[in-house]
Amino acid sequence: MIPLSNYLVLGAVLFCLSVAGMFINRKNVIVLLMCVELMLLAVNTNFIAFSHYLGDLTGQVFVFFILTVAAAESAIGLAILVVVFRNRRTINVADLNAMKG
Amino acid sequence: MEQFIFWAFAAMLVFSASMVITVRNPVHAVLFLVVAFVASSGLWLLLEAEFLAIALVLVYVGAVMVLFLFVVMMLDINVAKLREGFIRYLPVGATFAVATIVAMGLVVGSRNFGLERYAAPAREAADYNNTAELGTLLYTRFLYPFEIAGLVLLVAIIAAIALSIRGARQIKTPKPERQVEVRREERVRIVKMPAEKRT
Repeated sequence: MIPLSNYLVLGAVLFCLSVAGMFINRKNVIVLLMCVELMLLAVNTNFIAFSHYLGDLTGQVFVFFILTVAAAESAIGLAILVVVFRNRRTINVADLNAMKG
Repeated sequence: MEQFIFWAFAAMLVFSASMVITVRNPVHAVLFLVVAFVASSGLWLLLEAEFLAIALVLVYVGAVMVLFLFVVMMLDINVAKLREGFIRYLPVGATFAVATIVAMGLVVGSRNFGLERYAAPAREAADYNNTAELGTLLYTRFLYPFEIAGLVLLVAIIAAIALSIRGARQIKTPKPERQVEVRREERVRIVKMPAEKRT
């Protein structure tokens, strides 16, 4: 018998690891995108755990939609990344300062 | 047995996630991300979400991660330059991660979400079909969101193609329709000049 808290703590650990990854890899856009994927994975794990323990399939439907949106997001993100690299020859976040943000 | 499977997959997941954010080579990071996805799909199987577990492996590992791998290998990036500041931000990142894990652990720990509060449900019968249940829900109650999800994917396709298309073709190829109607004057020029004198 695995308590629900195990899954929730696992999701929290995964989420915090990906946030830490965003902190320490702040120059590399590809690793930032991968950290976003890991975050979504942590959230999905929480949704499925709650869906199982509350006996409600709606959580799994929600995960289905999150997977769809995440696939679209990574496809567009990678397309933008390729265009940026083609024009600027770099994916370093520090060099992408044309808009002075 | 169930405990052993859970802890094995959880250890695999946390290990590969921490490798994703620390390895030097982006290709290795993508491969570790694949391991993380496979591990969490094992956990989802343990939670009786069979359809999503298999969809995660097929769609995510099979398509999205391969896309990542393509892009990482296609871009010729200077890894050493991108690693600048890694050591500098490591303490900040680690402190933040530990603090947030402790804070979240206090909230979602076994005191609030333990077995006493949320008893583990009984396993479904052998003839329970997760895919059929999910499909019934998707095509009845969530029909309109499902259609919108399809629309989101269509927009993603169009956006990705529109972003990465290179415009008009830049390859130099002969044009047959121009070749057949070429005239003599366009190719040959007759130059009148006096003959050279022998010296």
